[in-house]
This record gives sequence, C-alpha cells and structure tokens, in this order.
Amino acid sequence: MSTPGLRPATLFRLAWRESRTARRRLALYMSSIALGVAALVAIDSFAGNVTRSIREQSRALLGGDLQLGARGEMPTVVDTLLDSLATTGVRHARVTSFASMALAERSGNTRLVQVRAVGDGYPFYGTIETQPANQWASAHGDAPVVYVDPSLLVALDAQVGDSLRLGRQMFTIAAALGNVPGDAGITAVIGPRVFVSERWLSAMGLLQFGARAEYEAVLKLTAGNDGTREAADLQRFLRRRIDPRYVDRTDAEAEERDRAAGALGGGERLDDTTAVADTAAQPVAARVRVRTVADTEQDFTEAVAQLADFLSVIGLIALLLGGIGVASGVHAFVVSKIDTVAVLRCLGASSRQVLTLYVLQAGAMGLVGAAAGTLLGVGIQFVLPGAVADVLPLEVAPTLEARAIGTGLAIGVWVALVFALRPLLALRRVSPLQALRRATDEAAVPREWTDPWRLAVDILLVGSIVGLTIARTGSVREGLGVTVAISVAVGVLWVAATLLIRVARRSVRAGWPFALRQGVANLYRPANQTRAVTLALGFGAFLLSTVYLVQSNLLRRFDIAEQASAGNLLFFDVQDDQIDALTSLVTDGGYTVVERTPIVTMRIASVNGVSAQRLMNDTTGNRPRWVFRREYRSSYRDSMSPSEVLVSGTWTADSAARERRRGPNGPYEVSLEEDVANDLMVAIGDTITWDVQGVRVATVLTSTRKVNFARFETNFFAVFAPEALRRAPQQFVLIANVPDPSALARLQRDAVRAYPNVSSLDLSLIRNTIGAIIERVTLAVRFLGVFCLAIGIPVLFSAVAATRRARLREGVLLRTLGASRALVRRVLFAEYAALGVLGAFTGMGLAFGGAWALMHWVFKDTFVPAWGAAAGIIAAMVTLTAGIGLLTSRDVHRETPMAALRDS
Amino acid sequence: MLVARGLSKDYASGDRPLTVLHEVSFEIPRGAYVSIVGPSGSGKTTLLGLLAGLDTPSRGSVLLDGTDFSALGEDQRAALRGEKVGFVFQSFQLIPTLTALENVQVPLELRGDTSPSDAAARARDLLDRVGLHGRSHHFPTQLSGGEQQRVALARAFVNAPRILFADEPTGNLDGSTGARIVELIEELNRERGTTVVLVTHDASLAERTQRTLRLRDGYVIEDTVRVPTAAGSIPTSLPSASA
Repeated sequence: MSTPGLRPATLFRLAWRESRTARRRLALYMSSIALGVAALVAIDSFAGNVTRSIREQSRALLGGDLQLGARGEMPTVVDTLLDSLATTGVRHARVTSFASMALAERSGNTRLVQVRAVGDGYPFYGTIETQPANQWASAHGDAPVVYVDPSLLVALDAQVGDSLRLGRQMFTIAAALGNVPGDAGITAVIGPRVFVSERWLSAMGLLQFGARAEYEAVLKLTAGNDGTREAADLQRFLRRRIDPRYVDRTDAEAEERDRAAGALGGGERLDDTTAVADTAAQPVAARVRVRTVADTEQDFTEAVAQLADFLSVIGLIALLLGGIGVASGVHAFVVSKIDTVAVLRCLGASSRQVLTLYVLQAGAMGLVGAAAGTLLGVGIQFVLPGAVADVLPLEVAPTLEARAIGTGLAIGVWVALVFALRPLLALRRVSPLQALRRATDEAAVPREWTDPWRLAVDILLVGSIVGLTIARTGSVREGLGVTVAISVAVGVLWVAATLLIRVARRSVRAGWPFALRQGVANLYRPANQTRAVTLALGFGAFLLSTVYLVQSNLLRRFDIAEQASAGNLLFFDVQDDQIDALTSLVTDGGYTVVERTPIVTMRIASVNGVSAQRLMNDTTGNRPRWVFRREYRSSYRDSMSPSEVLVSGTWTADSAARERRRGPNGPYEVSLEEDVANDLMVAIGDTITWDVQGVRVATVLTSTRKVNFARFETNFFAVFAPEALRRAPQQFVLIANVPDPSALARLQRDAVRAYPNVSSLDLSLIRNTIGAIIERVTLAVRFLGVFCLAIGIPVLFSAVAATRRARLREGVLLRTLGASRALVRRVLFAEYAALGVLGAFTGMGLAFGGAWALMHWVFKDTFVPAWGAAAGIIAAMVTLTAGIGLLTSRDVHRETPMAALRDS
Repeated sequence: MLVARGLSKDYASGDRPLTVLHEVSFEIPRGAYVSIVGPSGSGKTTLLGLLAGLDTPSRGSVLLDGTDFSALGEDQRAALRGEKVGFVFQSFQLIPTLTALENVQVPLELRGDTSPSDAAARARDLLDRVGLHGRSHHFPTQLSGGEQQRVALARAFVNAPRILFADEPTGNLDGSTGARIVELIEELNRERGTTVVLVTHDASLAERTQRTLRLRDGYVIEDTVRVPTAAGSIPTSLPSASA
C-alpha cells in the first residue's frame, strides 16, 4: 500500500465530474438557504447604510450641535443661560411646535396642522427645501409667510400664494415644503406641517392657557469648539445649571474641564454662580432635555441596531429552517449515491476520500446557494431606501457593505455545510458489498447512534446554532432563549411525528379503501418521510402562524371602526369662557353635543404625605420618575365612561353620598387608571395631594380603572369627584355628532373663525389616517408572514424529495401491477394530505403557544385566538404539501412502467 | 495467490445467527481461471465478497498475495483493492455521471501514482482493446449493455490487477454479447497473467474455466479441475476442498 492516493487536484476534478447530474438537484436543496442569506445580507447592509447616513447627517437631524427641549415652557434659567452663551459666540434658535387649526381663506377649508414656529438661523445644519425653490430665505422677513406640507395644499384645496389663517394671524403660503432636515415625511400623515417664523407667535395668539406645545432651543457652537467633547462638556454644564439635582458620574472631571479656558470659546466663560434653577419649588418642574449630536447618533443607531437585530433573528430562523431543507435534500442525494460510493469503495477509495468528494460537492453548491442569496439580499438592500423613504428622517444612499456581504456569504456556506455534513457522514459507512448485493436504502446507510463522528457533527450543529443566535441577538441570554425556543419547536414536531407514526400503524384497517390504506401505511413504512416533512412543514407553519396571530391581536387594539363613539367632531383647547358659546354654536345648528369634558392640568405634590421630590429621588422605591414629573390632564365627573372598567375599590356616583363620607375637610375622592396606580405604588385608601395651578388639592384613592385608550372617547389617568375641581382653572373638550360632512366642515370653519385657539378634529378623518398607518404596519407584518411561507416552499420540496426514489419505485410497481394513474395519485394524495394535516396542526399548536407568550410577556395584553386565520393557514399548508408531493411524484406517470422499472 | 482458510459467514436472523458459509478452504494459484457455481442461495456471492475483501468473515481468513485481508481495516482493504484487484459486476456498476473514459480512469486516479495524461492514455488504450474506440466520451446511458460491460472490463484491467473478480459478468447480457465478454476476459487473462475468479450460474461458462468450485447450502461440495484448455495449463496438484 505504497501509492500516494487521490491527489487534491484529481479530487476536485473527480468531484466536479461526478456532480454532473446532481448539480441542479443540489442547487435546489441549497436554495433553501438562499432566502435566509438574502434576509441577513439585506438587513445588515441596510442597517450599515442607515448607520453611515446617520453619522453623516446627525447634525442635520438635530438641527444644531445641541438641543434643549421640554414639553412645557422652559424655566427662566434657560433663557438666562442661552443669553449668556450668546455672549460667548454660541448661537441659538428657538422652535415651538404645537397643533392648531389652519383655515384656507379662499376655499374655507380647515385642517388640524402641526405648527413649527422657528427662530432665525434654524436649521443650523442642512437646508429646508421648498417648492418653488429657495423660498425659505424670506421666512423671517416682514411679510407673514408660511411654508406648508404639499398634502395640506391638497387637503385645503389651496395653492402657493393663497392666504392661510393660523389663530388671529393671516399668512401667505410662500411655498410647499420639500425635504426638512430631521423630519420624517411620515409625520405629515399624522398632521401636515406648517413652518412659520417665531416672530408671529404672539400675533397668532394660539399659546393660551392649557395649550400643549413642545419647546426647543437648538444651539450652534463656535467653530473649532464644536467637537463631540466640547458638546458633551456643555451638555453637562447646562444640565447642572438647569437642574442642580442632576448627578454626573464624571462630575469632578467635568468641573475641571469647565474651568479650563476656551472650553466655551471666546475666552469668556460662564461663572459658576450663574442663575440656578429654583430648587425649592415643588412639585417637580417640566424636565428640560439636553441632547447632543452624539446622543442623537446613539439613539438612532441603537434603534436601527435593535430593529436590525430583531429582523435578523427572523432571517436567522429562515436560514436554520433552510438548513433543515438542506439536510433533507442532501439525505436524498446520499441515498442516490449509494451505488456510486459502493463502486468507488470497490475500486479502492477510502471512506475519507469518498466523504471529501461529496463534501466538496455540497460545499460548492452551498456556495452557489449562499451567493444567490447574497445577490438577492444586495438587490433588496438597494430597493429598501425607496420603500421606507418617508419613514426615515434622513436620506439613505445605498452602498455595498462588504462586511455584511462577507458575513452573509460565510454564514450561508457554513450553515449549508454543517447541515449537509450530517447526512453525508453516512456515506462513510456504505459497504463496498452494496455493489454486489444491493440492500434497501435504509440498510445500505445504517444509522449508528454511537458513531463519534456523528456525535461530533451534532455538537458542531447545535454549537453553530447557539453561536449564530447569540451573535445575532447580541446577548447570550436572548441567544440561548431563541435556541431553546427553536429546540422546543423541533422537539415537539419530532414527538408529534413519532406519535403519528404509531397512531397510523395502529389505525389502518383492512376495510379501508386501498388508496387510503396505502397512503396511511406509507406514513409508517420503513423508508417513511414523516418526520422530515413534519419538521419542515411544521416549523414553517409555526413561524407563519405566530406572525399572523400576533398581528391580528395587535390590530384588534386599533379596531376603531367598531368602537366608534356616537360623536364624529371633536373640539379641544376650548377655554372656560368659550365652552358655552361653542356649545350653542353646535346646538343652534341642530346637532347633538355628545360629550362635554373638562380638563384640568396638575402635577403630583405628595403621596401619603411624602413629597414627590423625595419619592422621585428614592432609588429603592422602584417607582418610575415620569409619574412624578409629568403634567396630568385630569377630569372630573360623577359616572364612569363606557371605555372604563372598575378594577378595585368603589365608584360612588351619588354626590351627596360622597359629601357625607368626606365630611367638612376630608380629602376628595379620586380614581386612577390601574397601571398608573401600580407605578405610583398606591392602594385604595392612600392619599395623593395634587398641585393644581398652585393650589393643593388633597384626595384619597377610592377606585382604580382599566381604561381602553384605543377608543375614541376622552380617557384620563385620574378622574376626580366633581366637587374637587369644579372651580379649578380648566379647558374643555367637546364632542359633537354632525352626520352631514359638508355641515361638519362648515361648523369647523365657523368655530375657527370665532375661536381661533380652538382646534377641531374630524374623527372619520382620523380613523382613515390611523387606518392608513395601520395599513402600512399590516403590510410590513404580512410581508414577514409571506416571507416565512416562501422559506417553507424550497424546504418542503427538499423534505419531500428525500424519499422520491422510494415513491417512484412504489408508484411504478403499482402501475405495473395494474393500478391506474388516478389510483396512484390518490395513494400519494392520502399520504401527503396526512403529512400536511399533521405538520400544519402541530405548527399551529406551537404558534398558539408562541403567540400567547408574546402577547402576554412582550405586549402585555390578552391573547385572542384568530380561528379564521388559523383555519385558512392550515388549509393552505395542507394544499401546499399535497401539491408539492404530487408535483415531485409526477415522474411516476411520465414514462411507461417498463422504462421506469429499468431506470429505477 | 488467493488462500481461503476456514471461511465462515453468519448473518443475524431473528434470535439465532444464520450461517451462509461453512468453513470453506481452498487455494487459487496465480494466473488461474476459476469459476464458483451453485444454485441461488448457495453462498457464492457471499464467498465472492469475502474473497474480494468487500466483507469481513465471521470466522477464518483470506490471504491475498500473502496479505491477510480479514485482518485489515476497511480503508486498508480499499487501498489493497485499488492496487491488486479488479471487479466486473453483473449490473456493470459504471458511475453514471462519468464518461466511459473517465470511468476507466477512476482506479488510476484513486491510486494517485499516474499523471492525468498518462491515466487518460492508458484508459484510451484499454477502451480500444475492448473495441470501444470512439465511444470514450459517451455516458453509460448512451451505451448498450454489452458496451457497458466492456467499459467495466477496461476499468477492471486499467490498474493491472493481480486478480479479477467477476460476479455473473454475462448475467444481464444476451448470448452473443455475453460470449464476447467472456472471450475478452480470457484474452486479458492470457495476456496479463491475471488470476480470474468468476461467479456464475451458467454451466457452459463454468465449463470454459480451468477449475470449478461448486457450492450448496454454504458448503463446497465439489472442486473440479479440468484438462488444460486453450486458456493455458494449470498446476496439477491442488488441495481438495473440504465438503
């Protein structure tokens, strides 16, 4: 035995030649992984493109180097600080955003819009594009002009040059808005934007008592001092000056740098005794957020990374499912090569040479499959920016991401090889004796459970799955969780298939029709494919059904149409001295006022005698800080609303009974929404003191409610007994029922003319808008579902092809013995239908479990089974399985029995 | 050349082992032309498998050219087969994805001691020798049964084997085609001095060989040595086979 053995070049040549008739089949099996690779490459590449665009455009996203923002008027210390900074060369521009009614004078149409009143200089980075071009230059001139979203022109039936009223001020529409830095186009779906100079704020007269507005100040640092570190230093400085309670871990270091000359530019620096926020004031003031470009970058890239991680888990699962397809297909391939391998062994090939030969073939085809997937992924990556353009607040220029491509390709080839290796190992055990005396396929490749190589490959397989999921999710815990979930699903499907085999064996009756008997017998006969098909089909059904079930549950929350309140016109920001007149305006027209709800703004001063400050600073309490910071918009009434359900305590509608219980100086009764009560960690009988525009109102918690916020009724976290707030400063919300659309538009116009500060909403319009948004979400979710189904098809083909030879042989024999084509088809149909039913039902069962878990643990809602969708998916799966089975077996009918016998 | 000593083979059948070959012993000298005959189920294919090193005996041993086949591992036996053994099968067993030329080259490629061009040249010569000049680029499905078996013959002889095992080489062929194959085997046997062991149920084919071992129920019941034929002389002293 002194011969050198098969040379590498010869091995490659032999592998290439020997693969001649198998390439197409192997490529089909490997296409199982193509979709998974495509998903990974597309997601990673797009995420890379977006991250790069974020870095390049982050300043434009923020509009400056720093941004201060608050949901209410900023404390005066901010003004002082900004003025001081201005003396050092740091420019700033204010942006005030709020909702208001816009009235087109010519057409008389009205629409609720988002007004953005901006200061001179905004945006400091990027430019606001207009149509006609270059019109933004006149924004801060003496002429009152506005710049509006193109959709608003359509909605108001207006055009550039028309007059538009906002509050008490008339404007001319100077241009339509094009690209606005930092704004995603999709916000126009919620409410069209109107940009105006801040010099017209007081003229508009819209920011009255109780009006909700977002206040921002954008800063531009001086040249040379606008780096990341300088911005971070200024951020820390501002935070400490605005809220001295702010604690920075690197405080000492920051102090040192603050005192260094030139940190703020211009040689002049802010004195540490500069006006400080009033710390003695209670309750907690509106929080001022201070953000830098780095924060914006980080937030965006984190959000992109999280979304990419989530989607890539789907892609990874698709890839692993594809691996199952590869394993099934390669198993079929191995069976078809038994004769060739036996001959090679007779001619002197070692088991290692044989294995290498076919691993090379599998590897090459895996590369083909992965390459095809990579190309597809790159194609999708180039299409994505256009598809999601109006959802992203920045422009994404698609470029090839070498890392994403390389990673996708490598993972694809690896998965294909690892899954192919398992069935290929069996070739080592093909005896050369098979060339003399051919045993059945199963006997020719016997399974040896204690084969160390097989165990090693199994460990490699499991290890690869765990490693890939951990790498994708970025977390060991989550990666292991996903792996365990996949393993449980595979285990359940395996057990289900085994049970079916046993049940089938016991249930076959001699009295059954031949086709049924034969089809069911095929489920448990020696070369059955029950497990492989159940696994492939069941997993695909599991993924697809989980997506659909979760989607239908989530969409149920927004089922607005069925929950429509009686009213269809909503007025809000109605002042105390306007409500009666507005009510008359509605009723004089012959329309019904459905609801007239007072709204009182307040904050929490103390709970059970402990101040909100202390509770917020108490880190052991686990209470979220926002419950103490936020401004509550509460109401008062005697009775509960239809969207509320009492969870604990009692609701007393009778005011006399309430007064008796309260006594002369006792606390008023208040009801909280259950989640807010949990966050505040209060129970029935606890006392809460509220700061209502400077007046303390003591209350006792008498009930908690579950509120359906998705309904179109006014809903509140806190509802008081009327006697508590009847005399408090308040505004109103009024809901009217105006059936006629043109009358509704007229009423809106009349209200805007009479009360410019009052905003109104046509609820049917809102329903349509939200419906449009939900439609997009639904499309995205349904795309995921279709993707899952698309993965399943090549995998199913591979699984079914695994025993194609046995199918052919049997079918041909039946025909030789006198069976008609129709009978053979019925036999096949019986078998595949049974497999389809088993796989679909088991997958659906798993999906119910998975969807329940997701709804319960992630979305914190109850799971409602969607029986209709489930039945539809099961029917589709059974049809698909039967169809694919019959398709792959059509060769039975192609040739004459003689020819087929000769070939087989 | 080939020595079988006490060869036995058992198969598991239910609870008890089934012995298909019982203590078979004989010797076959170099250059001999031997047939093994017997009815279906007599154990002749089992015996062939053991002699060719394709299977492991339950008891006993096989020595090929002095090397104990049964003591070698599977890969070592494969290597030995590649060096010294040629095969011709009843069902031809050509690799369907390779051309006639490529099929013939496989044993040389597996050995790795011949350059690709030399291997191709030798394969071409052998194909010419078996009368398939001009068919070297055809696939097995494009060849008739007889042509396929001739390709198999060329493949069997390409690595100049010491011994050729043929399992029912004419079983799937018609009379005249089968006769031509047998003639080729005998010619190559004479030209190259290759020992030939041939399993057949065809009595007339067995008559052409120099020695016939007859099996029944796993026993060698007869060992017939014939008068030397045109195939050449054979050693006259042979140990008698045990019954």
